[in-house]
Amino acid sequence: MKILVLISNVPDTTTKVKFTGDNKSFDTTGVQWIINPWDELALTRALELKDAGAVEKITVANVGTKITEPTLRKALAVGADEAIRIDAEPSDAFYVATQLTQVAKDYDLIMAGIESSDYNGSGVGGMLAEMLGINSVSAVSGIEIENGNMTIHRDIDGGSQTLTVPTPLVVVVQKGIAIDPRIPSMRGIMMARKKPLNVVPAVDATPKTTFLNYELPPPKAACKMVDEDNAKELLRLLKEEAKVL
Amino acid sequence: MSVLVYTENWDGKFKKLSYELISFAYAIAKELNLPVTALSIGKVEDDELKSLAKYGASKILKLEDDRFESLDNKALSDAVAKAAQKEDAKVVIIASNNEGKAIAPRVSVELDAGMVTNVVGLPVSIDPFVVKKKVFTQKAFANIQINADVKVLTYAHNSFEVIESPVDITLESFDAEIPDSEFHTKVLDTHKVTGKILLTDADIVVSGGRGMKGPENWGILEELADLLGAGLACSRPVADEGWRPHEEHVGQTGKIIAPNVYMAFGISGAIQHLGGVSSSKYIVAINKDPEAPIFQAADYGIVGDNFKVIPQLIEAAKEMKASE
Amino acid sequence: MNFEFTEEQLMIQQAARDYAQRELIQDVLEREEKAEFPARHVKNLAELGFLGMMVPPEYDGGGMDSVSYVLAMEEIAKVDASVAVIMSVNNSLVCFGLNKYANEEQKQKYLKPLARGEVIGAFLLSEPEAGSDATHQYTSAEDKGDYYLLNGTKNWITNGSSASTYIVMAQTHPEKRSHGINAFIVEKDSPGITVGPHENKMGMRSSDTHSVMFTDVKVPKENRIGDDGFGFIFAMKVLEAGRIGIASQALGIASGAFERATSYAKERKAFGTEIINHQSLAFKLSDMAVKIENARNLCLKAAWLKDNHKPITVASAMAKQYAADIAMEVTTEAVQIHGGYGYVKEYHVERLMREAKLTQIYEGTSEIQKIIISRSLIKS
Repeated sequence: MKILVLISNVPDTTTKVKFTGDNKSFDTTGVQWIINPWDELALTRALELKDAGAVEKITVANVGTKITEPTLRKALAVGADEAIRIDAEPSDAFYVATQLTQVAKDYDLIMAGIESSDYNGSGVGGMLAEMLGINSVSAVSGIEIENGNMTIHRDIDGGSQTLTVPTPLVVVVQKGIAIDPRIPSMRGIMMARKKPLNVVPAVDATPKTTFLNYELPPPKAACKMVDEDNAKELLRLLKEEAKVL
Repeated sequence: MSVLVYTENWDGKFKKLSYELISFAYAIAKELNLPVTALSIGKVEDDELKSLAKYGASKILKLEDDRFESLDNKALSDAVAKAAQKEDAKVVIIASNNEGKAIAPRVSVELDAGMVTNVVGLPVSIDPFVVKKKVFTQKAFANIQINADVKVLTYAHNSFEVIESPVDITLESFDAEIPDSEFHTKVLDTHKVTGKILLTDADIVVSGGRGMKGPENWGILEELADLLGAGLACSRPVADEGWRPHEEHVGQTGKIIAPNVYMAFGISGAIQHLGGVSSSKYIVAINKDPEAPIFQAADYGIVGDNFKVIPQLIEAAKEMKASE
Repeated sequence: MNFEFTEEQLMIQQAARDYAQRELIQDVLEREEKAEFPARHVKNLAELGFLGMMVPPEYDGGGMDSVSYVLAMEEIAKVDASVAVIMSVNNSLVCFGLNKYANEEQKQKYLKPLARGEVIGAFLLSEPEAGSDATHQYTSAEDKGDYYLLNGTKNWITNGSSASTYIVMAQTHPEKRSHGINAFIVEKDSPGITVGPHENKMGMRSSDTHSVMFTDVKVPKENRIGDDGFGFIFAMKVLEAGRIGIASQALGIASGAFERATSYAKERKAFGTEIINHQSLAFKLSDMAVKIENARNLCLKAAWLKDNHKPITVASAMAKQYAADIAMEVTTEAVQIHGGYGYVKEYHVERLMREAKLTQIYEGTSEIQKIIISRSLIKS
């Protein structure tokens, strides 16, 4: 089985979110870039499946400019076999999915994180599946492969399900798919030097949406404190002042 | 032309989310001078379907077909896209929940539409069509212009009020004509969480962190949650330690929730935790450490010992219940 | 001049940071309190390749440079100086010494498992009567033809009980003074070796420090490192490189305390504002930042010289002395900034302060470093 893991390059999740130029763009000054945490969990599960002998090859793909290469090389260092970077600015989910169609055709399983931690789009996985004419499963919290048969666990609103869907398939994964992302070892970092990182030119496509500008949420009013010995007052405030009980 | 809403049902019933979706769609439709059509898939009694009229849906497409119960992304997306095409929908509105997120991207490709997920509130403008969405895991909003003729929006729960706008309604049976060969998903087993209030649905959430000291102390939290009709949640360390099941973990890497009140007991409020709860209308923090970052995010707070505070809250909740 | 790190160096730094912030932080306080050896972490760090970072891949090491090592050590020591010293002894004393001076058979037999981190090593130089003055070794290694017979006691041995491989300095030809000293690879389970009790230390309590007694311990001749009488030069050369490890450890202790103090000062309010807005405190933090930056630059410079095969005697002594001394200053100020919270264990800075003290003492006290630096001034 061959797996393609879609990798988004995002600011470290502890980054202070700031904008520049009339709030038109995200301020990348001093930002540390990481693999989108959800994509990293997808990759982690793919690696576990490979360690178990159920997967022969893992490819990671990203749509981005050269600045995303360290992220891809980290994916190689933790164990992916090859990386593909489609050389383009990832302007919206439709545009990114369109770019990915050119490299995503020969895989049994395509894995994507449920969303990127920056734009929270949740679009690429499903769009790519539709463009490729293959099925998809979302909110996937577990994948097992035994004797070449894949079983999928997904969350549904109000519960969970175990199911099968024939490959080729896109799975959009979330919490539960893997626990801790892997830390690259010295050996892995060394081996990553020799693994292929192929740069592919972008195809023509027009994004369907345009980011106009950003807003920060209004500053929060100070926390209203209630005395420890008079905790009942808290419920009164919630009922009478906030009117939420 | 119309605005199409796809609303799922839960065992034949709609929820507040369904009415939020219709209310939201109706408000957009009014600006576009279009009617609202709702698509319902699965078995729902006509009376229940007609309840959508109260919030502005003037037409219901009723698709009763057991095959959709397997939630096959491809087949379900095809059905929604076909309904949109039939109704010549200019805007398609879907909930931003597990099912909605599963199908919206596919529907948008099928309709050659522009999609924005997690939309909060009405469009900022109609021409050009600009909507606001949450980005950076709740830390900011972005205004996004959709350049395509057809727009697909997923709507973020609790970001719009339920508004009554009664209209006349017509029910119409709808057959999406999807062949069996398009259904690939075979469900082997379904596990429904029953008897408990679903975290993602709950208006009130009671949540415990490391400060609760150990799993044996959850009894008082459960009692408080029961009295308040609240869902029960926990922080990541608590789930990681195995004190509570992972399905209760809220935060950036767990469930992202937006209740009316989020009550955090013994949770310091790491940025990753706040990422999952900051859309709550009110955050209440109880922590012994006055420096805990949760107080920066909280609207109400108590600096104190959980084991002194919670019993008082239980007592107050009982009194409140008795006086109702 | 180029102050930019390579992508790989940054990846190694991040890997060390991830491990420290994700794993070490979880039980550091508890291990410190109980003086418990971090066996699980040593195993994990070995798998990640952090215990033989600079050994070439043909001897199963990570093949990384000393600059990467400095970056990794700083990240580990920020959270847990005990784990950092275990790492430092294995990397820059034991593995470095064997890789540079051992013969091929010795490398195959001893270096490989040490570089993989399957076993760890210890460096046995200090004695009850000979700490800073290493020219006088009372431990004797009598030449018995096929083997040497070791007798004597070594003190303050990091990894004393957890190591499997010892590198022991001992006197073979007392009349030749320092030129009579030899270095030996000794397997810890050799008959006649007794490991003394765990030293109850002020800090770095999670690293196991012991005295080790040798009573008629037979060491095969082929386990001597280098020519007869090479031991003292061996020890000095190894310590010279080892200082980069301890300097980076001290740097990490300082920057760990600094990060905690800064974030505390940004959150804690007094007199109506975050305390960082009070100039007395802001200037303290500013001074700490400059010291840490200086220490980091000294460490990186020494590492760069080592990577480029240039003399490091003075550079590593400067890095060690300065980083250790500022670690003491910075951690003391970090406790001060935390006020009462700084004096309780939960906030980590009192621990970092106790850890800093040791960096001024071991692997050459600050005074010894000053001797090295000043002698170079006299000579030049």
